[in-house]
Amino acid sequence: MSTGKAALSPAARSLRRYARWRWWELALFAALPLSWLLLPGQSLLLNEIAIVALFAVSLDLILGYAGIVSLGHAAFLGFGAYAAALFAKDVMPDPLVGLGVAIVASALLGAATSALILRGTDLTRLMVTLGVASILYELANKLDWLTGGADGLQGVVMGPIVTPFGRFDFDLSGRTAYAYSLIVLAVALLIARRIVHSPFGISLQALRDNRLRASSIGLSVRLRLVAVYTIAAAIAGAAGGLLAQTSGFASLDVFDFHRSAEVLLVLVIGGTGYLYGGIFGAVVFKLLHDLVSAWTPQYWNFWLGLFLVVLVLVGRERFVRPWTWFRRKA
Amino acid sequence: MSAAGPPLGANAASRGGAAARAASVGAMSSVVLETRSLVKRFGGLSATNDVSLQVERGARHALIGPNGAGKTTLINLLTGVLEPTSGSIALDGSDITKLSVHARVHRGIVRTFQINQLFNGLTPLSSLALAVSVQRGSSAGWWKPIGRDAAVAAECASLLERFRLADVMDQPVHSLAYGKRRLLEIATALACRPRVLLLDEPVAGVPEGDRQEIFETINALPADVSILLIEHDMDLVFNFARTVTVLVNGAVFAEGDVATISNDPRVKAVYLGEDDMVDAQAPHG
Repeated sequence: MSTGKAALSPAARSLRRYARWRWWELALFAALPLSWLLLPGQSLLLNEIAIVALFAVSLDLILGYAGIVSLGHAAFLGFGAYAAALFAKDVMPDPLVGLGVAIVASALLGAATSALILRGTDLTRLMVTLGVASILYELANKLDWLTGGADGLQGVVMGPIVTPFGRFDFDLSGRTAYAYSLIVLAVALLIARRIVHSPFGISLQALRDNRLRASSIGLSVRLRLVAVYTIAAAIAGAAGGLLAQTSGFASLDVFDFHRSAEVLLVLVIGGTGYLYGGIFGAVVFKLLHDLVSAWTPQYWNFWLGLFLVVLVLVGRERFVRPWTWFRRKA
Repeated sequence: MSAAGPPLGANAASRGGAAARAASVGAMSSVVLETRSLVKRFGGLSATNDVSLQVERGARHALIGPNGAGKTTLINLLTGVLEPTSGSIALDGSDITKLSVHARVHRGIVRTFQINQLFNGLTPLSSLALAVSVQRGSSAGWWKPIGRDAAVAAECASLLERFRLADVMDQPVHSLAYGKRRLLEIATALACRPRVLLLDEPVAGVPEGDRQEIFETINALPADVSILLIEHDMDLVFNFARTVTVLVNGAVFAEGDVATISNDPRVKAVYLGEDDMVDAQAPHG
C-alpha cells in the first residue's frame, strides 16, 4: 500500500484527499445511532430534527452546491408527504414502498418544474419557486375529494416496517419512527456525499461560481441543473414521505411558505455548501425552538429573529468561536 | 505607441523557427474555422460587420485592431456566447452557427477570456480536474470520486507543472494572486485539449517577465492546433503570428502575413492616430 501511494504525484494524492473522510464526519455519523440509544425519551423531537435535517440537506444540494435559490422548496416536501399519505391510505400501508413512491413522485415534479429555474435571475427564481409551492398549496386545498382539503388527509394508518431482521411497528414513543428517519437520513447523506465528490458534484460548484466558464469548458449547464434539481426534489420527497408516515397524516401545512422559509433559515444557521450544514442547522434551530417556546411561547419569533441578526452580524465562523468575539483585529 | 513605429517589422525578420514550422505545416494546411459574412448588430451599432475570416489548421493567427474594433465580439460569436445577426460559422466545413457554447467546446473550439473567468470556490486542482474530465467524457459520473481517475490526476499534474501552479493547487481560486489566476485561466483552456484555441489577450496584466513564459507554453502546443490570438503588444504579435488580421470598426481592414501587415502604412496609421485611421479607412468604408 505504501509503495502504491509513493508512486502517486502530489496532485493525484491531493485529488484523492477531496473525498477522504474527515474525523468530524465520522463523529457525526457515529452520533446518529448514539442519539437513538442515549436519548430514548426524546424520540419525537429527534425525529422532527432528522426530517428537517434531511429536507435541509436536499436544499443544500441546489443552493449550496449549484447556487439555485429557492423560496418554495416545500413544494417537494409537501408533494412527497401527500404521495406517501395517499399511497398508504388508498393502495397499501407498507412504509418502504410508500417512501419509494414519495421519492419518485417528488423527483418527477422536480424534473417537470426544473425548466422554470433554468432562465432568469436569482430574483425570478425566488418568485417562480415560491409560485410553484403556492400553486400546489391551493391545489391540495381545492382537491378535497383527494386530499381532504383544509382538514388534511387523516386516518393514514401505517403498516409495520418489514425488514430481514424483523417487523417493526410504529409506536407512540416514536422510537421506531426515529430509527427509520435516521436510517433514511444516513443513506441520503451517504449518497449525497458520493455525489458532491464526484465529477458531477464538482461541476455543480463550477456552474454555481461561473456559468459562462462552465459552458466554456464544455459543460451543459442546463442538463446539470435539471439533474441536481431532480435529485434534490427526490430527497425532499423522502423527507416529506417520512413526515407523513411518522406523523400519520398530511395537511396543507407541508406546502406552506413557512416550511420553505424555515429550511432556508436552517441552512443559514448551519452553513451552505459543505453538506452537513442542514444537520447542524436543524439541531440548533429545533432545540432553540423547543427551549425558547417552552420559556416564552408567544415571542419565539422575536428571539429567533434576534438570534439570526446576531449570527449574521458576527458571522458563523466567529459565532462558534466565542473566545474571538472581543479580540481586536490584527 | 513607440512599439507600433519602425520596430514593427524588426522582429518579424528574426522568426526563423516559426517560419520553418510554417513550411512544415503548410503541406497539410487547410481551413479549419471559417466565418462567412458574419454580422453582429447591437441596436444601430455593427460590432461585427461582414467578417469573412479563415483560420487554417495549425494557424498562428493574430487578430489586432484598436479598442472597440470588435475583436472580443468576434470571439464571442465564434464560441457561441453571442448569436450572429446574420452570416455563418463553419468548423471543418460543417455549419456550427446554431451550436451551443458547450457543444462547440466538444468540437474543439476553446477560448480564454480577457477578464479572468474562473471557478472561485474551487481550487486550481479541482478546476483543472473538472475540465480534464469533461474533455475525457467522464464529467457526468456521479458516484466515483474525481480523485479515483488516475489519468485525470496525471493530466492535472502535468498542467499544474507547466503553468507553475503546483504550489498553490489546493488553495481556493479566489485567494490566488492575479498572476496565478491568469495562468489558471489559460491552463483551464488547455485542459480542454483545444483544436482551435482562441486567446483573448492572454497576457493582459501579466508582468513583463512572465509573458514570454506563457507564450512559450502556447507555442509548445501541437503544431496542428490552430490558434487565434487577440493581443495589443505588437512585439508579441509579430513574434508569435504568421498571419495577421486587422479589424477596424467591426470589419476586416487588412489581412496578410506578418511582413506585409507590419509594413502596411495604413495599418501603422490605424495604430498611430485616430485622424489617420479615419482617412485610411475611407476607401474601405
